[in-house]
Amino acid sequence: MSKKTVLFACGTGIATSTVVANAVTEAMKERGITIDSRQCKATEVRSELNGVDLIVSTTQLPSDLSVPSIVTLAFLTGMGKTEALDKIEAELRK
Amino acid sequence: MAEALMNHIDPEAIVLGVDTDSREAVIRLLADKLKAAGYVKDSFAEAVLAREATMPTGLPLGHAVNVAVPHTDPDHVVKPGIALATLKNPVTFANMEDPDEAVEVGLVFLMALNDKDRQIEMLQEIMATIQSEEAISGLMQASSLDDVAAVLK
Repeated sequence: MSKKTVLFACGTGIATSTVVANAVTEAMKERGITIDSRQCKATEVRSELNGVDLIVSTTQLPSDLSVPSIVTLAFLTGMGKTEALDKIEAELRK
Repeated sequence: MAEALMNHIDPEAIVLGVDTDSREAVIRLLADKLKAAGYVKDSFAEAVLAREATMPTGLPLGHAVNVAVPHTDPDHVVKPGIALATLKNPVTFANMEDPDEAVEVGLVFLMALNDKDRQIEMLQEIMATIQSEEAISGLMQASSLDDVAAVLK
């Protein structure tokens, strides 16, 4: 399977998205998927979509994006983490 | 990871059993502590409140006590640090994931962030702590700095 590009978004595009990007990249590696991770502010997602396979965000995203997206706090709170990872894996294996 | 969180929290900026009815009061109280201990500028409290209004930081944890991690831009920060409050009665924050949804918060970590590497480390340690139900209940029951240190060390 080729490398998948995931855009991680949060309020500032720095702190929270880094924590989530690390958690997801590591977990997907264990599931055999290599992620090329990018980060941005949730408000800037629209201009960062080129070549992106999936968006994972901790805050609300603009509607009508052309790329599939998952908004979840699971990687911050620990709640529903496995489900979120399953969803991400399923989306990246499409 | 949670072991090191105490290293980032200033003992002067820990307030236990805060009795208040608004998130604004909690944020101002903790911001004052960080200000007095030299972590933030005068503009910090207002900037945190303004950010919270548009980019809220309430995190629902699915058990008795929820958490909020208010913070703001580095311009208002002198050096990185964390203030901590446990609340006698929960106050309402908005959900980070959905600003229209209210989260009743009993534990607040106010973060002063201006160093990219340290802020990620601090956030990661806070997240590791709040993912432990044992740590949360330990903090909520803490009545002294020693109690807090025992949970976070």
